[in-house]
Amino acid sequence: MAVAVAEGSVPIANPRRKSRTAGLYPSWFYLPAAIIFAVLFMLPTFASLFFSLTRWSLQKADFIGLDNFVQFFREPFLFQGLVNTLIYGTVTSASKVVLGLLLALLLTSDIFGRGYLRAVVFFPVLVSTVGVGITFTAMMHPTQGLINETLASIGIKGPGWLTDPRFALYSVALVDVWKGVGLATVIYIAGIVSIPLEYYEAAKIDGATSWQRFWTVTLPLVQPATATVIILSFIGGLRSFDLIWAMTKGGPGFTSDVIASVIYKQYQAGFYGLSTAGNVVLFIMVALLAVPLSMFLNRKEVDR
Amino acid sequence: MRHAQRYIYGGIAIAASVVVFLVPFAFIILTAVKDRRQAATRSFDWPTSWHLWDNLVEVVRTQDFMLVTAFVNSIILTVASVTLLVVLGAMVGFVLQRRPSRWSPIVNFLVLAGLIIPPAVVPTIWVLQSIGMFKTMHGMILIEVAYGLSFTILLFRAFVATIPRELDEAAIIDGAGPLRLFFQVVLPLLKPVVVTVVVVQSVAIFNDFTNPLYYLPGKQNVTVQLTLFNFQGQFNTSLHLLFMNILLITIPPLIVYLFFNRQIVAGMTAGAVKG
Repeated sequence: MAVAVAEGSVPIANPRRKSRTAGLYPSWFYLPAAIIFAVLFMLPTFASLFFSLTRWSLQKADFIGLDNFVQFFREPFLFQGLVNTLIYGTVTSASKVVLGLLLALLLTSDIFGRGYLRAVVFFPVLVSTVGVGITFTAMMHPTQGLINETLASIGIKGPGWLTDPRFALYSVALVDVWKGVGLATVIYIAGIVSIPLEYYEAAKIDGATSWQRFWTVTLPLVQPATATVIILSFIGGLRSFDLIWAMTKGGPGFTSDVIASVIYKQYQAGFYGLSTAGNVVLFIMVALLAVPLSMFLNRKEVDR
Repeated sequence: MRHAQRYIYGGIAIAASVVVFLVPFAFIILTAVKDRRQAATRSFDWPTSWHLWDNLVEVVRTQDFMLVTAFVNSIILTVASVTLLVVLGAMVGFVLQRRPSRWSPIVNFLVLAGLIIPPAVVPTIWVLQSIGMFKTMHGMILIEVAYGLSFTILLFRAFVATIPRELDEAAIIDGAGPLRLFFQVVLPLLKPVVVTVVVVQSVAIFNDFTNPLYYLPGKQNVTVQLTLFNFQGQFNTSLHLLFMNILLITIPPLIVYLFFNRQIVAGMTAGAVKG
């Protein structure tokens, strides 16, 4: 919201004044940042487009066309990573939207212990991801873990959260939501707080129930926050690596591999071309899914 | 909300928060102070004997004081990259907001690109190698700067807009050049957003695991997040030490959070709006 203010203050076109301001705001201020960004971010990004088409040993690159990409779609263990990335990104961002909105509604209401609740929900965002991963790996241990012991004490046999191929990816996603929902919540809180109270009063006078007020006032007006949460957590989910690596290393087998962990595994194995192709696939995926999604979400905002 | 309701809902929410959010942290602390055998059971119970100090000493001494090296490295990395980020990011944000030119759309596009494009790992290593910066601290610092710039520029650009231009003009009339204007007039006024950037980026860089894993391998270069990962293999039977390690590296973000809670939340929600 604050960011939008920055645009649109264009200086006046008095020629003398213009040259004076040009001297005051010199273009070379861009230079140091631009060099670092160009060399360490842009150059590798462009280079990846070429190296993904090669068999590459860092010293020598043999052009092999689209073989690496073909492999990505043909090898089941690589393709699995692609599918898992999509599942992971969708599941985590959808859960963060729903839970974040619910928590924000609760934490903007006049509830007892609000300050404590806000603090405790947000704190995991700041904790080391690897530390969180190790902690939950211990708690999700199939027989000794706290979660299954608690379930057993009430007579439920808990699944092997991280050892059962059907659950591993979703268990990691669950921990991701645990760690990240605080960020979604504070974004939603900022959105809800900025809605003018008059709208709620008007709705109340018109006899709207609290449910109707939520549907017709809150939900439409927090749309910018929703867009932010979806985009941020979806892109974050697609790129996610450290939590998965700390908890399952892509296992059991390849059942919880995502593209980012495939990139690391292929890099460790010395298949640099294939690893780079993974990067390009991830880039294309983000561009093809997140950019249109963001345009769609922001267009709805303008329509209203 | 009616009075009773306020307490009933609050009570339920607090109880739920204890189970969901506090139990994992209690588990970390309890496991960190247990002896080896009790920690290995992964149970959530009271320690039969307390080993806070023993475990602390043992984890610090492991592998020739690797954790100390790691803390020094992480602090150097964090302080250097955040300083560069603040100065370079503020310079870009300042000119970008003050003087729209034919460069502005390009800069804006690159800022967005930096936010969404996942960095290409092996080609970055290739570039670092060819400029002799692979496995070096300067290389790692510049990488963190490159990856953090986009977000920093967004925050600064938004904030520069709130500083009146008349101040710039007054400064020129008083004979200041662009450098003096920026460092002596504008940068001090940017203090609130500087604090936000410092806090948010410090936590992010201190907690960064993936980038040091790729670009800063080697025992001498280890950072705190990587010690955890190195210990994970070694400490498979010594969960008490592993969790003591987690506890130690969680303390710095906790301290930052206690003091700068408002700035962190402000920074994360403001920057997040552009996605």
